[in-house]
Amino acid sequence: MLLRFFLMGLDRKAGIVLTILAVLAVAVPVMTLWVPADSPFHLSVFTVSLLGKYLCFALLALALDLVWGYCGILSLGHAAFFALGGYAMGMYLMRQIGPRGVYGNPELPDFMVFLNWTELPWYWWGFDQFWFAALMVLVVPGALAFAFGWFAFRSRVTGVYLSIITQALTFALLLAFFRNDMGFGGNNGLTDFKDILGYDIQADTTRVALFVATVAALALSYMIASGVIASKLGKVLVALRDAESRVRFMGYDTESYKLFAWTLSACMAGVAGALYVPQVGIINPSEFAPASSIEAVIWVAVGGRGTLAGGILGAVLVNMGKSYFTGALPELWLFALGGLFVAVTLFLPKGLLGLWGQLTAKLPRRNKTAALPNVQTANQTAGQKGA
Amino acid sequence: MRRALRWLMALYVVVATSTAAFAADPRATDLRPLVQALGSGGYSGTEKALAQLSEAGDPAAVPVIEALQSGDLFVRKADGAVVIARKAGDAYTLTDPLSRAALGDAPAAAVEKIRINNALRRAISASLGALTLMSPDAGVRRSAADAVFKSRDAQALETLNAAIAKEQDTRIRAAMEQARAAILLTGEAASKMTDAEIQSATDTLTARGDRDALVLLNMVAGSGASDVTKKLAAAAVSTLEQKLAFWAALQNLWYGLSLGSVLLLAAIGLAVTFGVMGVINMAHGEMVMIGAYTTFLVQEFFRAYAPGLFDLSILVALPAAFIVSGGVGIVIERSVIRWLYGRPLETLLATWGLSLALQQAVRSIFGPTNREVGAPSWMSGAFELGGLTITYGRLWIVIFAFAVFAALLVALKRTWFGLSIRAVTQNRPMANAMGIRTARVDALTFGLGSGIAGLAGVALSQIDNVSPNLGQGYIIDSFMVVVFGGVGNLWGTLVGALTLGSINKFLEPYAGAVLGKILVLIFIILFIQRRPRGLFALKGRAVEA
Repeated sequence: MLLRFFLMGLDRKAGIVLTILAVLAVAVPVMTLWVPADSPFHLSVFTVSLLGKYLCFALLALALDLVWGYCGILSLGHAAFFALGGYAMGMYLMRQIGPRGVYGNPELPDFMVFLNWTELPWYWWGFDQFWFAALMVLVVPGALAFAFGWFAFRSRVTGVYLSIITQALTFALLLAFFRNDMGFGGNNGLTDFKDILGYDIQADTTRVALFVATVAALALSYMIASGVIASKLGKVLVALRDAESRVRFMGYDTESYKLFAWTLSACMAGVAGALYVPQVGIINPSEFAPASSIEAVIWVAVGGRGTLAGGILGAVLVNMGKSYFTGALPELWLFALGGLFVAVTLFLPKGLLGLWGQLTAKLPRRNKTAALPNVQTANQTAGQKGA
Repeated sequence: MRRALRWLMALYVVVATSTAAFAADPRATDLRPLVQALGSGGYSGTEKALAQLSEAGDPAAVPVIEALQSGDLFVRKADGAVVIARKAGDAYTLTDPLSRAALGDAPAAAVEKIRINNALRRAISASLGALTLMSPDAGVRRSAADAVFKSRDAQALETLNAAIAKEQDTRIRAAMEQARAAILLTGEAASKMTDAEIQSATDTLTARGDRDALVLLNMVAGSGASDVTKKLAAAAVSTLEQKLAFWAALQNLWYGLSLGSVLLLAAIGLAVTFGVMGVINMAHGEMVMIGAYTTFLVQEFFRAYAPGLFDLSILVALPAAFIVSGGVGIVIERSVIRWLYGRPLETLLATWGLSLALQQAVRSIFGPTNREVGAPSWMSGAFELGGLTITYGRLWIVIFAFAVFAALLVALKRTWFGLSIRAVTQNRPMANAMGIRTARVDALTFGLGSGIAGLAGVALSQIDNVSPNLGQGYIIDSFMVVVFGGVGNLWGTLVGALTLGSINKFLEPYAGAVLGKILVLIFIILFIQRRPRGLFALKGRAVEA
């Protein structure tokens, strides 16, 4: 049953994505740990962490594409779920520091000692156990998304209004996590981690293992997402994206479908955040900034909305560009990013994958065109209907 | 014997140096022997003369005592005359302390400074305080009354009584009476006062109605001279506390109005681009920022070429900011947004990209640091209205916000341009068929919204840091206001801005600024669930568009 669900999502595109991920999962550890350092094929641990970071962003983009590309919910607050997952993981890592902190308190993290707290707040209980933290990585973003979606979808808040209140959500969380009283380290966030599951977090092998875990999480999430899309449920999602009222009139309970996809997506974003934190070594409230959510949207737009693979491609490409520009031409990065936003919306409404589809469609081909969902046409129809 | 001789000499000086000018003023001549006495008898002699000068209560003595305080009062050795001497090179320039007539120069050896010690310094301050109560300058009398209120110096009581009897200005007299009440209630006299006198003293302090009076009354209520005094003071404290709470609420209301008008200014341009046109303009905050930077440039121009007219720079900056921001808006509309009509979420992304590029452009040109934008003199300072403190800057911004709102309303409802805008918004093909050039109206509408954002920038440059991130701080608030008020309705924006501003300010004392803001955001999220289209939702066909 579960196997059939996963197999259903396996089309040619999924095959390509999963193959690339499998190659990465094997090649990167080999090239880092066993290829000698002077070989041109050697990868530094720094590069591995960087790649791991890109793949975490790719997972966030995948999650976002699931709701934006297939349900038509443009979330401007997805980074909030990402950051919540990250904080859950960060709390576990903080508890693992134990008495090795600056103040040497075995129970309390340094910042709490600094604030003269005497005991651990109740919401930190259990985070010394990995299983509990791992559960919270899914539960906290999922529960928030469920509660938020429950109210929002039932009240039929849609389109722009929904986007703006998701932005309000992440902005409120940003302000809340900046407060020291919240007990999440305030402005500085959580950092200075030592161990994960008993292994030194700085060690090369741990870093490579985290990378492989990220690849695995991305592959699994991709299979879940494409399985959902290929199922009947996925068909209903696409239908309600294009004409919600009609789907509702046909007797479907559209709110529940949206709520399912929305919560699933938030859980995926939480996992992405949880994998991101040990690899970059810090989580602070700036991850909640509305700007980071909007940046995630542009990854999806660049890669191609409603294609799943496009989100992954866009996240990796844009972040590689960001790494290059902020290092080489820091002045130009915002111009480049801003220009990318404008150019993609104006000239590449289907993103890079859409462009590829357009180019290959013009060539004589053996197969018929790829089975990409036609977001743009659907959207235009919806727009014209409205206007 | 020596003293008598000095008196004789003093008399001689009076006769010798008096001219018709102060011979005509009998009081000036009265003072002269007292002033003369300052220079004799060492510290105790000076102190005695000082006390007599205070009792005389003539403000003409003030400059003499001030000179004594600053160490400029000397005795001329030749004739023992008391003079004001100021060092000019090696010698001293002498002037007569009362008439201010020049008495020529004298070498340093020819004069001797009248020295003062700490006891004298205190006496000097007290007598200056008392004497300035009689000053012909109303401002000096006012601050002297306040000084006495704070010092509660019992010695000033007699002068104070005399000053109250003479005072014509009711406000200054009130201040003096408050000072007297403060002395009476806290001093030794309190035990001898009748109940009616105590009552009137506490009433006077209650009427003053500020924190100082409350502190004083609390002190009296705790350690008053008699039980009656304590009881009356306690009653006055509770009255005063109620009164202060009332004014605090009013002050909060004013802060709310002030914040609301800032939100209104920031959001009103968005109400045009988002509300009327349906374009989600994430670059709106950057239009505000451009307006603020235009103000900076205009002020730089004034500083460089016409520093005398600096007060007018804001008035010049207003149209300049409107034109610059509006122009940038029109360029954006023509180059980007017109391709994206009907796809609101795509405009959101494109304009976000533009906002990033505009921020970086401003950062590259003007640098990342804050720029100095000055306030014209008519916008600085504050005044008091009852128990409220209102700064002129905030007052002008409130007035300006409402003026912009009214002007926009008139422009949309009463002009041909406004009619075209409404026609295009309501039914584009029909408007086109009637001969309205819809593309041009689109561009101008977007320009109007952006221009208003530029006007907001001029106002915000007065209260916020002019930096490339200026706009970022307002964009989310602006969207909240427009969405809360209801898209497509200017009145909704007005009500939304004022409501959110007031809620924010009323929450602040209880929850703190940040938590207050978080609560407001949660309130908006919940509110949107109840009314998905805002406070004043459009009804009818337009809803589906």
